[in-house]
Amino acid sequence: MTDPVNFSIISSEIFLLVALCIIMIVDLFQRDKERKLTFMLTQISFVVLFIIGVQNLGVAREVAYSGHWVLDQFGTVLKLAIYVTAFISLLYARPFIRERNLMRGEYYLLTLFSVLGMMIMVSSGSLLVIYLGLELLSLSLYALVSLQRDSNAASEAAVKYFVMGGLASGFLLYGISLVYGMSGSILIADINQYLANNDSSLMIKFGLVFIVVGIAFKFGAAPFHMWLPDIYHGSPSSITAYISSVPKIAAFGMAFRILEGAFGNNTADWASMIMIVAMLSVVLGNIIALVQSNLKRMLSYSAIAHIGYFLLGVSVGTDQAFAASMFYIIVYALMTLAGFGIIIFMSSEQKDYQQISDLRGMGRYHPWYALMFSLVMISMAGIPPCIGFWPKLEIFRILVTNGYVFEAVVAIAFSVVGLVYYLKVIKEMFFVDATESPNVSTSRSLKIALSVNCLLLLMFGLMPDSIYQYCLSAFASLS
Amino acid sequence: MLENLPILSLLIWLPIIGAGVIIFGSGQKYKQLTQWIALITAAVTFVLSLWALNEFDSSRYYLQFVEDKSWIDSLSIRYSLAVDGISLPLIVLTSLMTLIVIISSWNNIKLRASHYLAAFLVMCGLMNGVFAATDAILFYVMWEAMLIPMFLIIGIWGGPNRIYATLKFFIYTFFGSVFLLIALIYLGNQADSFNIFNMHSMVIDAEVQLLLFFAFLIAFAIKVPMWPVHTWLPDAHVQAPTGGSVILAAIMLKMGTYGFLRFMLPIVPDASLEMANMMIVLSLIAVAYIGFVALAQSDMKKLIAYSSIAHMGFVTLGLFISFALIADNHLDAAVMGIQGALIQMISHGFISGALFLSIGVLYDRMHSREIKDYGGVVNKMPQFALFFMIFAMANSGLPGTSGFVGEFMVILSSFQVSFWIAAVSGLTLILAAAYTLWMYKRVMFGDVANEKVAALEDLTMRETIVFIVLAVMVMLFGLWPAPLLDIMAPSVQHLIDCNLVSKLTPEGMCS
Repeated sequence: MTDPVNFSIISSEIFLLVALCIIMIVDLFQRDKERKLTFMLTQISFVVLFIIGVQNLGVAREVAYSGHWVLDQFGTVLKLAIYVTAFISLLYARPFIRERNLMRGEYYLLTLFSVLGMMIMVSSGSLLVIYLGLELLSLSLYALVSLQRDSNAASEAAVKYFVMGGLASGFLLYGISLVYGMSGSILIADINQYLANNDSSLMIKFGLVFIVVGIAFKFGAAPFHMWLPDIYHGSPSSITAYISSVPKIAAFGMAFRILEGAFGNNTADWASMIMIVAMLSVVLGNIIALVQSNLKRMLSYSAIAHIGYFLLGVSVGTDQAFAASMFYIIVYALMTLAGFGIIIFMSSEQKDYQQISDLRGMGRYHPWYALMFSLVMISMAGIPPCIGFWPKLEIFRILVTNGYVFEAVVAIAFSVVGLVYYLKVIKEMFFVDATESPNVSTSRSLKIALSVNCLLLLMFGLMPDSIYQYCLSAFASLS
Repeated sequence: MLENLPILSLLIWLPIIGAGVIIFGSGQKYKQLTQWIALITAAVTFVLSLWALNEFDSSRYYLQFVEDKSWIDSLSIRYSLAVDGISLPLIVLTSLMTLIVIISSWNNIKLRASHYLAAFLVMCGLMNGVFAATDAILFYVMWEAMLIPMFLIIGIWGGPNRIYATLKFFIYTFFGSVFLLIALIYLGNQADSFNIFNMHSMVIDAEVQLLLFFAFLIAFAIKVPMWPVHTWLPDAHVQAPTGGSVILAAIMLKMGTYGFLRFMLPIVPDASLEMANMMIVLSLIAVAYIGFVALAQSDMKKLIAYSSIAHMGFVTLGLFISFALIADNHLDAAVMGIQGALIQMISHGFISGALFLSIGVLYDRMHSREIKDYGGVVNKMPQFALFFMIFAMANSGLPGTSGFVGEFMVILSSFQVSFWIAAVSGLTLILAAAYTLWMYKRVMFGDVANEKVAALEDLTMRETIVFIVLAVMVMLFGLWPAPLLDIMAPSVQHLIDCNLVSKLTPEGMCS
């Protein structure tokens, strides 16, 4: 098993690591309070990564490092989505952190580190490498959340995140160790092989339960969702935008690699667990979001509901279904970035405007942004012509095709419940009279980025195939 | 060159593009300009729809102006549009009513007028899309997207209780359409394509048909609206601005019955036959009971809203009575029933639109919709009284107006089934006359009731033009409905010959 090391397979990770070191050193010698150079270099490295990623799209599947590392279409498509969303989130972050005295090089570096962790997660070929990537991601995120040291809420959120994340990692690791003990290998392909030849023992199933719990924890799916709203609420908004969107894409990569990659022959063992978690998330998330008056918390609970819809696809477990889930999670990342972008857009130096009622008068004084935000809400509610409709349609289609009509009806009925709180936001913006203008950001780059992001939701909604075909191709090359 | 014009796409996208232009023209500075752009866009759309009507070959049943482009290959969803004799008149109606709404709201909207007009233009495009779509998912996209501008129109420009009304409207209809979505997904999977007309030639067993029937029923019955899911309509109508009420009554309600005709009847005819009695009873309740409810209203707009429900009950009656007729082999009567329903759809579009505009005229001057605030208006507004009289008579189904034709045809064909159905539905002629003319009497006749009425001014030029157009349409189709019937006849005949046959076995279906 000594294949020659092929660096081209891991080129994007090596590039990012080198870029990271350079940016770190450059940042050290910067006197510029704005950290413009660090910012530019970070964004440029995302662009370069994107280009490398596009080159890699042609690679169907290559394995390196004794099977610990996999480069395939699936990983590449997810990586591209990660770069794009991380890029947008940093655009949003800049004016926000400038006002809050968070304009430090660490912000960019930690983001880059977490992106590296995510890249490792989505292209790993063994459970150990997945875990390493996950830890790199998680530790960077804990640090990011606690970056705003002087804020009580942020510190509290950071501690909660750290404890809960540690717990989830523990579950996952325990499950992995059990599976490793039974199958005798840490490589995903070997475990798959082992399970194809042997019946899954009770111990494997026991380990699988812990793995599923760990994954559900990381996604924040009900009933492991308690930490999520507090942390989304407490973190600085720009960081919430980041942690609520980009890592979800990587977590999907992890879930797919473990559940389908390793346990693809034992779908029955995990599918019903995921289905229960998914239905619970859809129900709980949508109902609790109804009564939130804080926009950030509302979006957090709606995130739980979205994760539920997304997991419904995972629970079906066919390639088509995973493609639909992938579509959902990428679209979700785009939508949620725009959603928290609204909060960033409204906040001022003195105060975070987070209540839904703070949006009052938006329709009257800033009609353009009111329209943009309506697009976000319409998209999240899953109403055509915005993009949010299509992945939902696809998930429902998968459910109906595979005979889960009852689940589809329940899920779709709760999307009507979900509609209520999204409409509430539109209502506050357009229908409630206001005498004074809501607070809006003056940063031009944020305005442009937000408008582009929201318009993308509409544009992709008219041409959903421009995303979905890549999701399908990712799975076509696997089989 | 003109033959290859993608006319249906133009009918959809032209108003939407026009809206995209004027949405930036908010503020007083551009008010005139945006109004003109909106007017021209709507007028061009209307002319295009007339042109389509002219080019339409009404001697054949099949789809015309077909456009078929790949849209979402991964899901085999296509951007396919076409019209037949059933949908084309509705498209013309939509374009005309949008034009009328834009003229009638000229200088009338004080708050963000450009956005108001843009919303109507977007809605016009989307509604044309609903009628023209032959791909089920495209249909659904249009169907849902159309709710958004209406939601905003009621919510922003509506009356005092607008937020409640608009949320109720949106959530109610959205709730209905999610079941439609599930049904469409299921059918699309079975047929391996989302083309509506492929779905028409599918064999579906009885149990599944029944489930699909109820999925369609929830979606379309809410939209029509049928008793007992009609409660959103009076709220939405009362709170909506005049233009919103006009479009809501004239076009949006027709989408429910259009859905019945396009989806429910041809796709699940056996279940529809099984449930036809239930549907007939529900329709009769709408006709009779809602007629009495309308009689008790003190708010004019609410009265017309309830009368809309009653009149739409006639449409559903006409559609479902045909099953009983086909079962008895009265095919001619079945054709007449469905044609009557279609005529009623078009005619009700004009009449209800005209009545809401009339109330709008009064409301603009008096800021009240309560009947008791009026009295003796005829003394001050004689021209208006004339037009209002024509529309009120049409609403009560007076021969010579379009309101009579459809109702007469439906009653006539229901006679073939049962005397009692005809008798109950005939009640509507009495009830509609009672509530409409009684309202007319209380509002228009008598002595001038108060100073406010005394200060009323008669119709402006703009209002007169709008009313003349509508009055001509109402009279024209009342006296000479033949052109409309001719356009519809081949499509309706085809529907009955080929699509309303049993779908349990492949026998008897024309391909």
